[in-house]
Parts: sequence; C-alpha cells; structure tokens
Amino acid sequence: MINYIIKRIGIAIPTLLILIAVSFYLMHAAPGGPFTSERPLPPQVLANIEAKYGLDQPIWRQMFNYLWGVITEFDFGPSYKYHDRTVNEIIGHGFPITLKYGFWSFIVAVGVGIPLGAIAAIRKNTWIDYLAVGVSIGAQVLPNFVMAPLLIIVFTLWLDWLPGGGWNGGAWQYLVMPVIALSTSYMASIARITRSSMLEVLNTNYIRTARSKGLPTKVIFFRHVLKPSLLPVISYLGPAFVGLITGSVLIDIYFSTGGMGYFFVNAAFNRDYSVMMGITIVVGSLTILFSLIADLLYAWIDPKIRY
Amino acid sequence: MSLIDVKNLKVEFETADGIVSAVNNVNFSMDEGKILAIVGESGSGKSQTVFGMTGLLDHNGSATGSVKFEGKEILNLSNQKLNQIRAEKIAMIFQDPMTSLNPYVRVSEQMTEVLIHHQGVSKSDALKQSISMLDAVRIPDASNRIRMYPHEFSGGMRQRVMIAMSLLCHPKLLIADEPTTALDVTVQAQIMKLLADLQKDFGMSIILITHDLGVVAGSSDDMLVMYGGEIMEIGKTENIYASPTHPYTQGLMSAVPRLDDSEERLVTIPGNPPNMMKAPEGCPFAPRCNYSIDKCNSESPILVKASNDDHFRACHVSKEKIL
Repeated sequence: MINYIIKRIGIAIPTLLILIAVSFYLMHAAPGGPFTSERPLPPQVLANIEAKYGLDQPIWRQMFNYLWGVITEFDFGPSYKYHDRTVNEIIGHGFPITLKYGFWSFIVAVGVGIPLGAIAAIRKNTWIDYLAVGVSIGAQVLPNFVMAPLLIIVFTLWLDWLPGGGWNGGAWQYLVMPVIALSTSYMASIARITRSSMLEVLNTNYIRTARSKGLPTKVIFFRHVLKPSLLPVISYLGPAFVGLITGSVLIDIYFSTGGMGYFFVNAAFNRDYSVMMGITIVVGSLTILFSLIADLLYAWIDPKIRY
Repeated sequence: MSLIDVKNLKVEFETADGIVSAVNNVNFSMDEGKILAIVGESGSGKSQTVFGMTGLLDHNGSATGSVKFEGKEILNLSNQKLNQIRAEKIAMIFQDPMTSLNPYVRVSEQMTEVLIHHQGVSKSDALKQSISMLDAVRIPDASNRIRMYPHEFSGGMRQRVMIAMSLLCHPKLLIADEPTTALDVTVQAQIMKLLADLQKDFGMSIILITHDLGVVAGSSDDMLVMYGGEIMEIGKTENIYASPTHPYTQGLMSAVPRLDDSEERLVTIPGNPPNMMKAPEGCPFAPRCNYSIDKCNSESPILVKASNDDHFRACHVSKEKIL
C-alpha cells in the first residue's frame, strides 16, 4: 500500500511537468499577450516591458526560469495584470474561499445525493422513487447559471432572507446560495449513480444469500448492500470534487464571492500568463491528489483490488 | 406429520410484457430425514418453486397456494416472521458459489452474523462456532482462512463455506439449489459426498435441485420431475429410475450420456422448453412429446397413481403404451 502511494506520487511529478509544458506552450501560442490592448503601446515601450518580465526570451528559457522559481522558492511569479500582486497572493486569497464553498457543496452533494439515490433504489417503482428521480432530473437540467439568478431572485429580492452576494469572511448567510447553486447538479448525478448501482447490487446472488440467512433488512442494507453500491459513486467523486472546487467560475461571477474561478477566467481573458499557470498547477495537483484518494478508497472497499 | 407440505403452489412474475407463470399447481410433501430431488431442465421452474416457498422471489414475483412447514403455514408470511425461520429452520445454498457469497465482506463476518443475529451469542463465541463448522465441512486451516475474503477460496472451497454457513443454526431443512452445477466434476462428487455425510450427522432433510440425473440417482430418496412449471412425475428415486412412466422422464434418462454406448451422437429431446408468457393450455410437454394425442394439447393432465408405492405421473397416455 505504502509502496503504491509512493509510486503514484512518483508518477504525479512527470504528469505535472507535462501538464505545465503543454499549457505553457498553448498559452503562448494563443494570439496576443498580457500587454496587448486596444490602444497599442509604442513598440519601444512594449519591448521594455516585455524585457522586464522576461517575455523577450525564447519560450523554453521562459518555461525553465518559471519552473526554477516554482521549484526552488515556491514562487509563481508576479501577476502581469495586477502589478502590485503576486500569483501566490492571488491564489492565497482566492483558494481558501473556493475551498470553503467547494467543500460544503461536496458535503451537500454527497450527503443528499447518496441517501436520495438509495431511497429511490430501495423503493423502486413507488412514488418515492419517482419523486427522487424527478428531483434529480430537475436538479440536473437546471445548470448553475440558471440556478444562481433564480436563487437571488427568490431569496434576496422577494424574501429578503439572504444577501445577494459578497463573501464577508465566509459567514453562513453568504455561503448558502453559492453552495446550493454549485452542489445541485453534482447531487443529482450522485443520486442517479447511487440508484442504478444499488439496483444492480440488490439483484445480485449474494443479496439473496443474505436474505436467505434471515438477517434484518437494516443489517442487509448496511453490511451487504451499501459498500458495493458506493463503488461507482467513488469513481465519480474524485473528478467531481475537483470540479466542485475549481469549476466555480459562474458562482464567483453571480455571487461576487471572489474565489479562484473568477481569477482563472479573468487571467485567461487578460493573457495573465503567470496567474493562469499558477491556477493550472494548483488544479492539476488537486486532480492528481483526488484521483489517488478515490483509488485508495476503492481499494479499501473492494478486497479484490490490492496494490 | 410431514416436514413440509406444499399445496397448489403457483408462482407468477409481473413483467413489462405481461404475466409469466413460472410454477403451476405444484403439490408435494416430504418427511423428516429424507432427501428429495427436484429435477428438470433450465427454466422448468425448480428454483422458483423453492424461492416461492421461502419468500425469496424477486420483487416482481408473487406466490399463491399453501406451504406448511412443521404444520404451520409459512407462505407469504411477513419478512420479520420468515426471518425467524430462515437459517434457523430452513437454510439454503445456491448454485454459483462465486457470486452467492458477498465479495466485499470477510467470510468470518458473513458467518458470525448468522449466529449473532439468530442465537444472540457473543462475537467470539460466534467465531469459535463458525471455525468448528468450517472444520466440519473439511476446510483445512479454518481458523486462519475464516479471516479471508471469498475470492481467496477456490470454487469448491467456496461452496463448502456456503454449506458451513447454512448449517450454523442446525436447520431442519436444507434447500440446495444446484449446489454442484458451477463446479467441476471431481469437486461435484466431493460436495455431494459432503452433503450426504452432513445430512446423516445433522439429521436434517434436504431438497436438492439439480438437472444432473447422476447426482439424483446417487443421493436422493425421492424425486420430482418438473417441466414447464408443472410436476410431470414424482415418486421414489429407485422406482422412477427402474421404470420411468412419463415421456419427459424417459427423455431425460435417455439423454444421459453412457460410457458403454457405441452411438456417437448424444441423445436429445427435440424442441425447446415452452414460452412461459403464454402457458400452453394442455400438457406443457405435448409439443415435444412423441406419444402426444389430441387430448394433450387441450387438457392439462393431473397427477395420478402410477404404481402402488407413492409413484405419481401426469400424463394422458397410459403407462403401458410408454413402457
């Protein structure tokens, strides 16, 4: 097990390097640069600024310098757009915000999705099942860019219960709507995956064996049905957790939460190379980390998988 | 009083295409300490008969009729009441030991939970009893192997685990649903020998479901031949072997390959089993039967005495014509 984890982390390093190299080249391949604007700068000024940031050097040297800074000093460089802020500062500000509402969205998605799917499976073809399936389909067809304004209309403008935006250090009133908007579609997917995998498990021979042993329904459910039913959910959760933490651009825009998604998109529009790279590295590392965690969880449940 | 008494058992499944009747008017009874074999080809309703009796049908299935166990009606009891009979009085083992043990739960846990739940013993006592039961089914090194997962056992060993698990509460009746079908021939013989030994040691009765006539001949007291969800012939195994009185039983017997046979081709019964969606009006075997007469297609035959000693057959054609 320990060997396996070390091996996976060993593989993660070249993976990240490839990710960095590809994104670096793609980023520079896109037309324009951080200092192109509608009113062009005089060529001499532009050349001076680019020289200051090292953009006049060949691209492999730029990438090498960048990597050197990241590895030796954990320095992701200065932002090209916000002249008084470094990438470390921007990520240090945005990431905890995204992490906080992303984490709560994850809790809600799992905490509502799994029970909803399980109840639907156990009460298959009853009104409870139809209701649960209906709710999850409804939640899935309402993307968060529709959900978010609807929530603001209802809870801020009509009912005046919750603030329409802002972060305020993550006080709960400011968390509720971002979390609902972000978690619903994930919750729906989790519910549907749980339902279908549990239906499959309920039909297996070993569940019939458990029934033939005269065990109470509760024991059958928690000991024999639940664990195998969660396997497909776990393989979904790895990427979903990363999606929840990073795919929050619209949440940041609608609720002005100031998370990383906002900076990521802005950086892409502004060709703010260093911010883009910084966030890409963070997201890439998270993706690798969570797929490793998902794989370990999988092995913990399924004894046939041993690393 | 017989141990189990089945009257007019019917099992039906509600499917998207209509109602499938898997078992039709099955009647039989068995005495304590006996082995009853239920024989028939795939889809003849043998498994659904016992699932119907013990309330283990899939959710779209329903059973009607009467099943008396030790004189008490058990058909369609609530799950709670059935759970007091399952494992304690009636235990089951299944066809495929690869899939009938939970692959995600240790053998120790799958075994001890039966004792903990039914007899309220402590975890350590349950473990001790489980280990000695694994010893009884001749699993070597049981005290270590019990901590393993099912996939760490071979097929034959898994079926032994399954048998040990079913016997934990010393049931009166063991229902074995094709216990050797998924195993290779040498292991089949070992498992049948084991079941026969355990039956004597524990003094229990066994309902043995199989389509292997070799298994039936060697191990059962009585046999019941099913086709299309109905009983074709029922009686003492030795009598039926000596003189099968139903065309279907005869077909089955002659389809058993023999070592001393010079024929190169295997004998088969022509045709396919009936589609249970639209159960035939007459005898379900009529379309494949060499002896069928007009009456066979319109009227369902009932079980009538074939000889003096509890040998019954369901056939319109007289015994003499078939023999």
